[in-house]
Amino acid sequence: MTVLQIIFLLAAAITLGSAVMVVSSRRMMHVALWLVLTLFGVAILFALLEIRFFVVVQVLIYIGAIAILIIFAVMLTRHSLEDVGPHFNRGWWIAILACFATFSGLVAVLSSWSKFQTIIRTIPAGGEDILSLGKAFIDPAGYVIPFEVASVLLLAALIGAIFVASERKEGKR
Amino acid sequence: MGFLHFLSDPITFLANWLQGLLLGVGIPAGIVQFILFVIGAGALATAAMMFVIFLIWLERKAIARLQDRLGPNRVGPWGIFQTIPDMIKIFTKEFITPTGADIIPYNLAPILAVAGVLMVWSVIPLAISVVGMNLNVGVLYIIAVGSLGELGIIMAGFGSNNKFALLGGFRAVALLVSYEVPMVISLLVPVMLAGSMGMTDIAQAQNVWYIWLTPAAALIFLITSIAENGRAPFDLTEADSEIVAGFNIEYSGLKFGMFYVADFLHSFTIAMVFSVLFLGGWRGPGAEQIPILGFIYLMIKAGLIEFLIIWIRGSLPRFRIDQMMDVNWKVLTPLSLSIVVVTAVLDKLIPVEQTVFRIFAFLVVNLAVLLITGWLIEVFKTRRPRPVVSKTQRPVARPENVAANSNSGD
Repeated sequence: MTVLQIIFLLAAAITLGSAVMVVSSRRMMHVALWLVLTLFGVAILFALLEIRFFVVVQVLIYIGAIAILIIFAVMLTRHSLEDVGPHFNRGWWIAILACFATFSGLVAVLSSWSKFQTIIRTIPAGGEDILSLGKAFIDPAGYVIPFEVASVLLLAALIGAIFVASERKEGKR
Repeated sequence: MGFLHFLSDPITFLANWLQGLLLGVGIPAGIVQFILFVIGAGALATAAMMFVIFLIWLERKAIARLQDRLGPNRVGPWGIFQTIPDMIKIFTKEFITPTGADIIPYNLAPILAVAGVLMVWSVIPLAISVVGMNLNVGVLYIIAVGSLGELGIIMAGFGSNNKFALLGGFRAVALLVSYEVPMVISLLVPVMLAGSMGMTDIAQAQNVWYIWLTPAAALIFLITSIAENGRAPFDLTEADSEIVAGFNIEYSGLKFGMFYVADFLHSFTIAMVFSVLFLGGWRGPGAEQIPILGFIYLMIKAGLIEFLIIWIRGSLPRFRIDQMMDVNWKVLTPLSLSIVVVTAVLDKLIPVEQTVFRIFAFLVVNLAVLLITGWLIEVFKTRRPRPVVSKTQRPVARPENVAANSNSGD
């Protein structure tokens, strides 16, 4: 086993372990902090693949923006920040069954895919080529339509948020 | 000759010497590389922390002189060693953990706060040959790492089990999340001009300092990074008169010291990042032949910016939270967006070869955008004036007031 494999196993263990803690912790704030650790684990996996851009974007967007907003929302909305009561209901075994079925289905489908066995290409010493990634996003032959659709979706979400926030203010007056 | 070579580029000289030594012993090249990285990271972090000792003295002395006080003046000439006894005192203090504190976030918070600042240093090119890691996404990395500091502040505010700390945490998060928007947008401008996100490439591309090309982006970056640091006039995260000390209220001893160090180190880190992005970094006469000159130039530039930051801290009053949000969302964000559009258009219109005309056009357009912004602010101020919070004249500690009170009282 090489050093990289050991690091990969450690990172995977951290990711999965903290993901379990996300759904099993009782205090909402702990849940959010465990989520941060999970996202960090994913960033380590990207780092092992030497994709620096994705590492940085993972930390910037998922930890710097999304996780912090979740924490903010948790701090503002929950009164006690603590969850009491049982963690499981009667249907827990159905959930486990469904998860297992989905996971094995995904593995079965992916392993029959021809590109599943692709060997990872080594990235040149200067780092990966962000320029071509950016060009692919705005290239008509590339991904311009998904990119624009995603931005329209985000714009719609933004307008919706403004509408919801401003409507409440009007009602007060 | 060897000694002169050492003087001109000490870090590279030492690294090469150590590498040769370790390889000579028979250690494999990969592990030698790893050892060198570990030593480099440790040395850089230690040097940065040691530098804070000087920074704290500088800030205290400068603020004192700005406020017409003497400042530290007992230990050493001009009190320059004042921080060292303070440091020893803080080492000996007791760690107090408040009841009901959430132990792990509470103790992790100061570490994250310092780590978030120190990690920025790894991508700053200190000289032409000395850079911790030439990341191709250096600018994004700086912002991403900054969010770790935010996380530290949230954890401190939450973990302390104190209402003031929680309030300070809230304010800090609101401040940091909002000011990140114009900061990221304004950072796009040097990235567009240099055609790269790497800090080394941006420094290398600056034949003309970018502050001449985009003074508006530089101004936005300076304002937003002062806000990210949470120092005056954006120090409502730790407003002493409102929420006592904010997120770090429950910390004592060295844990408080860590927040303190993170704060002061952050301001100098901002100054360094600003110098690299807008003032040419290590560039200057002779810096390519003699790398240590580049380091000296960078330190001089960063020192000037640091003094500017201290000056702002010493002269401006604190923003209220609504004013802070207004400045961000109604002024800085639209301004930064328009600067990005203007820069993109100008960059394509004027070829790089016409250097003088290019600088002139960029400068004029940037100043025009700034002036239009100022004019718009004035227009909107007259259309919807700021509500006055207090109408009655409140007593102020002026000499005539004190005299009047003592006359009527006795």
